[in-house]
Amino acid sequence: MDIKYDRRSFIKTSTMSVGAAALPLTMVELAFAKPSDNFTFAYISDSHIQQIKGTQFVRNWDRGLIRAVAETNLLTPKPDFIMYGGDLAQMGNKPELDHGAEILSKLNGKVYHVMGEHDYYLDLGEYWSKLFGKQYYSFNHKGVHFVVLNSILTYDDWTFNRWPSAEQRMAEMAGLDNPNGSPFMVGDKQREWLKKDLAKVKKDTPIVVFSHSPLQKIYKGWNFWTEDAEQVQALLAPFDKVTVFYGHVHQIQYNQIGNIAFTSAMATAWPWPYPQSYAQAQQLLPKLTVQMNRADPFFERDATGWQFIDVNSGRASATFNLYNNTTRTVAFDPQAGHPKDKTYQDEDQRISPQVHY
Amino acid sequence: MGPPIHTVRVATCASILSGLFMMGAALAQPLGLPPVPVPADNPQTPEKIALGDKLFNDKRFSSTGEVSCATCHDPTKAFTDSPLVTSKGIKDLTGTRNAPTVINSAYFKLFFWDGRSLDMEDQAQHPIINPVEMGLLNHDPVLQIVRTDPDYVARFKKVFDKQGEQVTMKEVQQAIASFERTIVAGDSPFDRWHFGGDQTAVSEQAKRGFDVFLTKGRCVSCHTIEQDYALFTDNRFHNIGVGVNRIQKEIPQFAPAFLSAKAAGTDVDKAVLTNPKASELGRFAVTETLDEIGAFKTSTLRNVAVTAPFMHDGSLATLRDVVEHYNNGGITNPNDLVNDFLSGGIRPLNLTEDEMSDLVAFMESLTSPQFAAQKAASANPASCNVKTTVANSSPAAPASNSVSRGISAVALTESRNLPVSGGEGM
Repeated sequence: MDIKYDRRSFIKTSTMSVGAAALPLTMVELAFAKPSDNFTFAYISDSHIQQIKGTQFVRNWDRGLIRAVAETNLLTPKPDFIMYGGDLAQMGNKPELDHGAEILSKLNGKVYHVMGEHDYYLDLGEYWSKLFGKQYYSFNHKGVHFVVLNSILTYDDWTFNRWPSAEQRMAEMAGLDNPNGSPFMVGDKQREWLKKDLAKVKKDTPIVVFSHSPLQKIYKGWNFWTEDAEQVQALLAPFDKVTVFYGHVHQIQYNQIGNIAFTSAMATAWPWPYPQSYAQAQQLLPKLTVQMNRADPFFERDATGWQFIDVNSGRASATFNLYNNTTRTVAFDPQAGHPKDKTYQDEDQRISPQVHY
Repeated sequence: MGPPIHTVRVATCASILSGLFMMGAALAQPLGLPPVPVPADNPQTPEKIALGDKLFNDKRFSSTGEVSCATCHDPTKAFTDSPLVTSKGIKDLTGTRNAPTVINSAYFKLFFWDGRSLDMEDQAQHPIINPVEMGLLNHDPVLQIVRTDPDYVARFKKVFDKQGEQVTMKEVQQAIASFERTIVAGDSPFDRWHFGGDQTAVSEQAKRGFDVFLTKGRCVSCHTIEQDYALFTDNRFHNIGVGVNRIQKEIPQFAPAFLSAKAAGTDVDKAVLTNPKASELGRFAVTETLDEIGAFKTSTLRNVAVTAPFMHDGSLATLRDVVEHYNNGGITNPNDLVNDFLSGGIRPLNLTEDEMSDLVAFMESLTSPQFAAQKAASANPASCNVKTTVANSSPAAPASNSVSRGISAVALTESRNLPVSGGEGM
């Protein structure tokens, strides 16, 4: 055992019995053949920066991103890079993207970006690309092949022929349970690119994929869904170790499909689902058709958060920094062959879902 | 629920006190407060309470012989050192934090502003050996005194049936905690109105303030109240933009450096009281949880009008300043930078001038009668006079000049009055 840092002692307890270098974060529990290949990156997502008018933005969403950025800068050892998981903006306009980019500019370190539908459907990603670059790409880092996909595209007919204005197109795609909406997809062109990109990669190379929507089908009405998920999964199937991270769902989800481990990201803006019962002031939350009671709405950060991910031996362990809640870690369990929530893995320890009528 | 508790009533001058505690003796429980929780392994007894009182006031437990618990938790100042901003220990050394009142601290679940102490018994040992408080290097001198001073020897023998080396800091701390558990105070005008139904107990302005407190002011979410009592604290920790605002630019360097030092063995108790930057890390210094950077314990609001200044660092002088700080969304001056780590519960309130004044009036209605009298007396010491006070407050109360230092015990949960004179040898 080569214990470098005990992250959990930082997060959870006040009794630290580890070495002198125990610092905010990161932990490598086991020594691998090449410990230098173990690394951490931070992952912030779904800030939904929203312009009210002029230079006025929704304070709650601003504060969520500001706090995640400030906390990410405290990570020690410093993460190798920061991934931003999409939906930086709410209605995709320039002031929102600029304001979000300004807040993100305080991050110490290289930031990679994923496209979200709220960033995209006003100008089809034009201004976003000016700020952040390519909408899909890959890179290698310490033996891991990272792929970023734009998974929030949809049918061309919906995108180009249906709406009288760009603003209405954006608003329609932002709605939940919206019969005018359309399912997300990666699309033929990107899948073709992905196939070529992966052709150069050895099958035992760990693959980590980032998309905004889940590359699996969870709930179509809210676009917790990617229409061509199976086709993308098929391209990833030949690899030994594949991890997919996605945003969009604003809650902790994890799953294993074949060789692919899925883990979602928390939002810095609001949780899905969330209650609307406490509204002394205008809240500017999107309308929900299904009401659920989970977060304490007094604490506006409750049930939001961000995460950092340890990668070792090509497997990922995601630690969720949650406000007003206990930190949770979802880590790949090699014996079980799928990700496990370290806290809630036992049946009798699970919090049962609430009943709603 | 703990066993019955003997409650001590407190006041500044003996005269005021004697009248009040005699009145209070008839009450089963101060209005507005639940029964005091008492740990099963440290039951309350009158002798133990009296011993704790003596220990609480013993200046020999400091390196200079000049500082006792009561120095910063002065019974004549509502158990604070008001108006000091931060407390003064030995040689006038100042710490980093404002002395919280002992009144009603029996209801807290964690102790110190950052909750670094898990119970009242544990709390009592730390100031004695803090370099800017009582300044002893270790507890040996305390034990030396309590094992040899004849009065202590007799008392420990009687209370704990222990003597010599059997008497340890455990017994010392238990006695102090037992005493502190008697320092409870309810019966405020607010209690008499809200829980007692007396519509005339508070002003219309205070009633409006309570409405702001419950609604637009968002106060009640942390300063909680229950159906039949109100502690005005959620016993949790929140970054409300006080203190931490001063060091926010340095946090990225300082927070990891502090944790390094802590892991290397730095004593948190000493660090947070002697290092202003470490102090402002708040509960993070204890739990190392990112969510608690700059977070401090929610204070009770009871008797807040007599314990100025406010906040963990004493940085806000008046209740009006406090209200404005919250109204600004966690910044004292409207142009200050909002703290990056601010609690999600804090946001601008858009209160009107009147609403802010109403809130202050409400908080002023939370003063228990003994401390209202104390404050009035300290504003005009000449009025601190047995006969007038007793005559005004309770015709039934006989003058009881034997109370020497303003502490006396009354068994409130028992049906009989048990007035214990505080005069004997204390």
